[in-house]
Amino acid sequence: MQANKEKLLWMYEKMVEIRNYEETMASVYLEGKLPPNIQQGLAFDIGSGPVPGEMHLAAGQEPVAVGICAHLKQEDTVVGTHRPHHFAIAKGVPLTPMTAEMFGKVTGLGKGKGGHMHLFDPVHKFSCSGLIGASLPPACGAGLAAKKMGKDWVAVAFFGEGAANQGAVHESLNLAALWQLPVIFVCEDNKWAISVPKTSATSIEWVADRASAYGMPGIKVAHNDAVEVYEAVAPAIARARSGKGPSLIEVKTDRYLGHFQGDPEVYRPKDEVANLRKNDPIPKLATQLKSAGQMTDAEEAAIVARARQRVTDAFAFARKSDYPAPQEALQHVFA
Amino acid sequence: MTTTRKLTMAQAIAEAIGQEMERDNKVFVMGEDIGKYGGIFGATGGLLDKFGPERIMDTPISETAFIGTATGAAAAGLRPIAELMFVDFFGVCMDQIYNHLAKNTYMAGGNIKLPVVLTTAIGGGYSDAAQHSQCLYGTFAHMPGLKVVVPSNAYDAKGLMTQAIRDDNPVLFMYHKGIMGLPWMAYFEGSSNEVPQAQYTIPFGVAKVVREGTDLTIVTLSQMVQKSLLAAEELKKQGISAEVLDLRTLVPLDRKAVLKSVAKTGRLLVADEDYLSFGLTGEIAALVAENLDTVALKAPVKRLAVPDVPIPYSRPLEKFVIPQVENIVAASQALMKGRVAEGQPA
Repeated sequence: MQANKEKLLWMYEKMVEIRNYEETMASVYLEGKLPPNIQQGLAFDIGSGPVPGEMHLAAGQEPVAVGICAHLKQEDTVVGTHRPHHFAIAKGVPLTPMTAEMFGKVTGLGKGKGGHMHLFDPVHKFSCSGLIGASLPPACGAGLAAKKMGKDWVAVAFFGEGAANQGAVHESLNLAALWQLPVIFVCEDNKWAISVPKTSATSIEWVADRASAYGMPGIKVAHNDAVEVYEAVAPAIARARSGKGPSLIEVKTDRYLGHFQGDPEVYRPKDEVANLRKNDPIPKLATQLKSAGQMTDAEEAAIVARARQRVTDAFAFARKSDYPAPQEALQHVFA
Repeated sequence: MTTTRKLTMAQAIAEAIGQEMERDNKVFVMGEDIGKYGGIFGATGGLLDKFGPERIMDTPISETAFIGTATGAAAAGLRPIAELMFVDFFGVCMDQIYNHLAKNTYMAGGNIKLPVVLTTAIGGGYSDAAQHSQCLYGTFAHMPGLKVVVPSNAYDAKGLMTQAIRDDNPVLFMYHKGIMGLPWMAYFEGSSNEVPQAQYTIPFGVAKVVREGTDLTIVTLSQMVQKSLLAAEELKKQGISAEVLDLRTLVPLDRKAVLKSVAKTGRLLVADEDYLSFGLTGEIAALVAENLDTVALKAPVKRLAVPDVPIPYSRPLEKFVIPQVENIVAASQALMKGRVAEGQPA
């Protein structure tokens, strides 16, 4: 299935937006975390600044999110990982409450209770978790619900190559195949589980090869390319929508930044990221669109400006929002 | 006369593991990011270079498999140390921990030894939210079969880790991130202290009076010891003499030390970063309640802990639910007036 112009432009705009979001967050995140404004002797203070706590950014991994989400509608479910922003943005989670959540503000998706790894948007049917491999079981649940309710909705579970060796992943693959659930399992292989490379953690090269053991199709996407992802995943979406059961997809992608912001990355070859950026999927798609006559320079400038404005507005809103009152910590333990 | 140096708690733990590995070739370490990275919280820093990947084994993210492997390897005569990054993650392999590691010695009528040390990071205070900030030592102390060690400083951490590796039973060794002396997280500097170069052990089940006092007893552990010491200093300015008791281990629990101190002061505050209900603070309060024939109280017992909510992300919310120095001061003042503090989360 070839992507039409509308889908191509959507994917390009979303990738620009995601990249801009992650780069903005990387810089805002550093505010208040560096000497001399922190405890003496520290190089970095993870708990300080307007956006405290761990921060896992997805720059470089945009094609996985947009190539899949370009096929989805609002009723479809997406469950993301601890590195969730690209999935959330591609699924249509509004930037404003998402950003406010990361600032810990009362206007956030979770009223400041969740933070960046725990984004819940029931309207756009997006959720994620800080636990590795935890995306698959709830995606099975969303698939089961769609099936029981007689809907053609699908569920997508994203997980990393590091998570592929977690028990919950294997249990979920079997369950989804057994019950023929409309789930698309997407392994995002960025080669690194924090500091442990895939070669030291997984006994085979392609996680997608495990699909046959569970009785479902396995699809391999060898390049970090949005159009390639979009085209490769189309049959899996069609299968799920038409009640033919789950698929397992694996996409080779690249993590441009550290596991978390502030990660010294002592484990990573120094020139690796510079080389990866030479194949940046965003300018690559722009070049393709322009050479095919599907985007002019002016259109490109307009897309970039629009995406940037949305990000700017979201951060401005998050900054000026109020913190929740301390006592609100006691609310929402139960519905 | 042994050499001492000031170490962070992370350095002290790594040193204890390294020295024990040199002494006993049956000791090895498994876990995520413990090799080149040296442990996310520095507990295995420098050990890969010293011992190589055969004894410092990075694992896949497969906790059920590697925790179970530790149990099996221990049953076969080795002495594994398994690190599981955050205690919040224990759920993914809980069965291997509490149905197997903690129970097999008992079910075998004492015929199996399982000398496994499980190391993990605990605690919040830096906005890491509900899935990365829990303490949960109360949960694991509640389950029979695991020894539970929760040090508050580098000196104790080294001695307790050496003791843990030599113990023939499963030991859960829990270090609070905010006292590890990490270069990327604010920490209480009292946790970094003088540590002898030579090996030494600290026996389990021996609490330590880390500050003597006469007016009230603060029973506590882990990072809350450091907060309590700061609070005691503040209270001293107000003419209140607080005794601070560092439990150091929950299993075994030094009940005698708690009773001795409370008998002396007549007032008890339990300061804890775990959840309030059904946990450590209730256990200590019950211990005193069971001994009111020999321990006379001048005020009702006061408990400070997280008020039965998950740890929230937003800074003002998290600060509100995790007891702070000022909460310990306020609760102590209230105890001196013979009533519990008002306006504290119940």
